[in-house]
Amino acid sequence: MLGLKRIRWPVQIRRRALRQLLLARAIRRRKQLRPVIDRTHMIGKRDILAFVTLRNERVRLPYFLKYYRNLGVDHFLIVDNDSDDGSNSYLASQEDVSLWYTNASYKKSRFGMDWINWLLFRFGHTHWCLTVDPDEFLIYPHWDTRPLHALTSWMQATGSRSVSGMLLDMYPKGAVDGQIYREGQNPFDIARWFDPANYTIQKNRFYQNLWIQGGPRTRTFFADNPLSGPALNKIPLVKWNRRFVYVSSTHMLLPKGLNQVYDEDGGETFSGCLLHAKFLSTFATKSAEELDRKQHYSNSQEYHAYHAGLQSGTQLWCEESREYRDWRQLEELGLISRGNWA
Amino acid sequence: MNRQVRLGVILLCHSDLDTAAHMAQIWAKGGARVAVHIDAKVTDKSVRSFKTALQDVDDIIYTPRTRCSWGRFSLVKATQDAAGALLAQFPDITHVYLCSGSCLPLRPIADLCAYLALDPRCDHIESVTAHDVGWTVGGLNEERFTLYFPFDWRKRRRLFDRFTNFQRRYKISRRIPKGIWPHLGSQWWCLTATTLRAILNDPRRKEFDRYFRLSWIPDESYFQTLVRRHSPKIESRSLTLAKFDHAGRPYQLYDDHIAALASTYCFVARKVWPGAAKLLAHFPRPVGDYPDVSLPQRSRFDTLINDVVRRRTLGRPGLYMQSRFPKKDAENGKTSEPYVLFQGLSDLYPGFETWLSRHVQADVHGHILGPEMVEFKGRPVIGPGALPTNILARDRDPKGFLAALIRITNRTQMFQFSPRDNQALSWFMATDPNARMLVVTGAWALPLLHSEMPFDDIRRVFALLQRTELEQLAILNSVWVKARVDMYDLGDFLVSPRSILNDFLRPIDPQARPVIDMPEMRSLSGLARMLRQLRNSGLQPRLTGDKLPPAEDFLAERTAAE
Repeated sequence: MLGLKRIRWPVQIRRRALRQLLLARAIRRRKQLRPVIDRTHMIGKRDILAFVTLRNERVRLPYFLKYYRNLGVDHFLIVDNDSDDGSNSYLASQEDVSLWYTNASYKKSRFGMDWINWLLFRFGHTHWCLTVDPDEFLIYPHWDTRPLHALTSWMQATGSRSVSGMLLDMYPKGAVDGQIYREGQNPFDIARWFDPANYTIQKNRFYQNLWIQGGPRTRTFFADNPLSGPALNKIPLVKWNRRFVYVSSTHMLLPKGLNQVYDEDGGETFSGCLLHAKFLSTFATKSAEELDRKQHYSNSQEYHAYHAGLQSGTQLWCEESREYRDWRQLEELGLISRGNWA
Repeated sequence: MNRQVRLGVILLCHSDLDTAAHMAQIWAKGGARVAVHIDAKVTDKSVRSFKTALQDVDDIIYTPRTRCSWGRFSLVKATQDAAGALLAQFPDITHVYLCSGSCLPLRPIADLCAYLALDPRCDHIESVTAHDVGWTVGGLNEERFTLYFPFDWRKRRRLFDRFTNFQRRYKISRRIPKGIWPHLGSQWWCLTATTLRAILNDPRRKEFDRYFRLSWIPDESYFQTLVRRHSPKIESRSLTLAKFDHAGRPYQLYDDHIAALASTYCFVARKVWPGAAKLLAHFPRPVGDYPDVSLPQRSRFDTLINDVVRRRTLGRPGLYMQSRFPKKDAENGKTSEPYVLFQGLSDLYPGFETWLSRHVQADVHGHILGPEMVEFKGRPVIGPGALPTNILARDRDPKGFLAALIRITNRTQMFQFSPRDNQALSWFMATDPNARMLVVTGAWALPLLHSEMPFDDIRRVFALLQRTELEQLAILNSVWVKARVDMYDLGDFLVSPRSILNDFLRPIDPQARPVIDMPEMRSLSGLARMLRQLRNSGLQPRLTGDKLPPAEDFLAERTAAE
């Protein structure tokens, strides 16, 4: 039609077109969301908001909510994708949660990002917004003494609009399902180990973000094909504007300036990391279920690999794994950095 | 309160009035008279709650509210008005301290008064000539005083920059009023009432005000300059601890700074993050039995700040991560530690790796950039730091791979290299001052010699490897090389391998035992013959050198033929 596809559009125009397309898509998909309980009128002017999509995560929720409340999140905006384990009623009873329900396809909504983009568009404008999964726990330099509000006010003062938080896969020693995870428990009492230094970085020219791969998942489940290992770069915390949009999970955003969370002249900017508590006892059932639903990224290739790996008793732990101590350890290893946040 | 010193405080508040009210209470409780200036931008509601919070406190006056914007004269105007009002209301004041609503007194006010009483005529104000000042950010030192700055930097950045450039281009410059010499310094000061009165009542004040109205960031220069006209004695150091980052933004103070701040013995520090409840509860320290007049020691806090400034601007050498991904040649250290590369030695001596690991205190790897697998020391399936042995994963980001290996291990890393390996790092290593290389060119011909492949294959592989190594040597011989490279061709090396190895290893590992025994060498017999055959087939061997042992079988063949 009109031969538009044949023209090689300038990259700025392609980026803008993509951003507007994704935004339009998110706005259209809002109809898939049915509010269960809407407490958004309680959101204050300077509140930090958390945006979550989840399905059947009941056992994780108490600790998740407690953790982020402690860190200073003021309101949670959650999309429940057809849970049947009581997540829905549990969340609805929480005072600081606004909940939406949908039974639409996770995959067709770009793995939940259309829903999240809509909620961000509608409620996130001018707020600092944290977009995480229920198994991702943000830590950053000084997080134990300085809550999120301290971080966001510092970021604001330095003129940064987004904070990088690479995904750090945590795993237990021994079999993944060797220790049962109980409700309310700190998942990192069990999954205490991580890979210290096997991350590869490439720069994506179109989005200007860094593409990070590696870690235990690539090492074990993608040993034969490390190039298709999962991406670990994430930008979970953003001072939102309704013009912004997440492109693929929270790996990258548009406009591209938000992805430039790194320094290219040798210096270090501030970065935290998302401790990923995926590999707990809940994982085995989850991976079997997700395989049936086929709702995950690139035909659930990841879950196939996990499932095969778990069947054959693959362990994630190895001699070179490090035991998690605190953020200072991660900073020393060079996984996160305080930048100039003294 | 100290008899000699009656302290007045000017408190400039523009945001977060809750903290500011807390500070005003601290000052007033310590016995100081407080003049509060609230920015005209603050909403009436906040002002009302501020005043309610302070209604029980005496000795507080509110001065006319000016609309202040950063870097403009309005800040000086607010200070002047407040100072005038303070001195008029409380004529017995001897010293006036200027601070903001987020400046936290660390030591009791009584200490401060006692300290000021040590030398009651002294003015504590940082005041350095604009010419010598080293700390301004943005490059505007003297130009602050010689150009016109009518536009707001925050609101009209483009106009500001354009107008500045315009003036530079057309060499427009202002005349500095006679009798003053521009000085700069921290905007937080403590002046004696005499000096301050002299500045405010200066007969030429109108002229000076007019001049400073169009200079850049006058709050850092107005009092700092004029104090030089009137003060009998200046201690050119601010009593307020205020640190700025590389971009000129003030650092904030949090709960975890308590120990560092306490060790500085400073009187006042800024700027406090309003949520730092523990910090606000901890300071100021309670009044002791005797006033403590010890001097501020900033060094500990300075180190803390300088460390993070260095981390922000220079980063950690050899680190590639989510928030540090330097462009080529902007790395400030391509790798973190020295490392050693041996090229050709493992071809010459098949047991070189084991031999070397017995010889030096280091991790001796095989060909970690090799084509089949990453040959870590001991050939584990998972390398140090859980690095992969899979070459696909390594070749996705070879630079990051090498840097991570060097960074994660504690000992010196040594590895073998050859033209068969991944050459992606040739430039990287050659331009890295941490790299030490011992290169024996042409040694890769020996494994070929013993490969028993058909001659056609040997010729093809030989051509390939020779081309690769020639390309690498072009890099190693370029003018950009920062690595320490010892290069020999095979013939040269074989003349005295022991002393070459000794000379190479000594600076790397001074403790290493001198090389006496050499590992077993691959036999050279047939090499000359192979080279001759290659030459005769049209491929010129260029890297083995001309000092190779003569072809013993060559002569024999000739005689047989004749």
